[in-house]
Amino acid sequence: LRKNVEDFTGPRERSDLGFVTFDITADILNGKNDFCSIFDWNVKQLFLYLSAEYSTKNNALNQVVLWDKIMLRGDNPRLFLKDMKSKYFFFDDGNGLKGNRNVTLTLSWNVVPNAGILPLITGSGHVSVPFPDTYETTKSY
Amino acid sequence: QLYYQVLNFAMIVSSALMIWKGLIVITGSESPIVVVLSGSMEPAFHRGDLLFLTNFHDDPIRAGEIVVFKVEGRDIPIVHRVTKIHEKENGNIKFLTKGDNNEVDDRGLYKEGQNWLEKKDVVGRARGFLPYVGMVTIIMNDYPKFKVCI
Repeated sequence: LRKNVEDFTGPRERSDLGFVTFDITADILNGKNDFCSIFDWNVKQLFLYLSAEYSTKNNALNQVVLWDKIMLRGDNPRLFLKDMKSKYFFFDDGNGLKGNRNVTLTLSWNVVPNAGILPLITGSGHVSVPFPDTYETTKSY
Repeated sequence: QLYYQVLNFAMIVSSALMIWKGLIVITGSESPIVVVLSGSMEPAFHRGDLLFLTNFHDDPIRAGEIVVFKVEGRDIPIVHRVTKIHEKENGNIKFLTKGDNNEVDDRGLYKEGQNWLEKKDVVGRARGFLPYVGMVTIIMNDYPKFKVCI
């Protein structure tokens, strides 16, 4: 599981807005190195999401979902995504993104069964993204 | 004979009530079993699916979890996914939700002027589910005559 990112930020109505682009290379395995085994007879779909987690002065813990995808049973369980832009606006509650050195991106997924328990699993591997100290004034997004 | 039947019936009703109340206590949720009412979480959940919830006070709310919440002043429980959280050191948390099948987040569903949900709005976290079983409730609501039949 690997991700590379580049980023820059811009202030919007006094709240920091972050822009992240990323690559995702993933094999959704079941922890047993068994290709495709997470889609067993009781799995209807996987809901994947990439979330950014970080701390700021205002808030001890922030988590923002940047991107998500529904992977249905029968879809290819390998992901090769390059240069993806975040699907959702990465607003902070305040100005905590500027100069924040430790924003961690993690890929997780929700296993939705045909019937039964709904577990939430976090992928192994995560990437830390440092945000720059200055704002970008022109953005071409 | 009639006495026996009445007693038997009363026992069944009170057992059911005890089980229901017991569930409320065990899960910590005021409504530990809910029926999905809309298609906003498709294709994971469809109208008529049954959800089992827990609402333990110490369970943190994290992005990606499926929560059932009620907007202040409305009685309808909404089942959506948490998409942003901002939590303070003292545990105060405000979060945003969105239905998987919706294009936009739930701000339009919240109260006028309300931009975030808080722990008190949460009825519970979805832990498990059964498909279709809740259809009975929906049918009974949509066709009240059906209720009379039963």
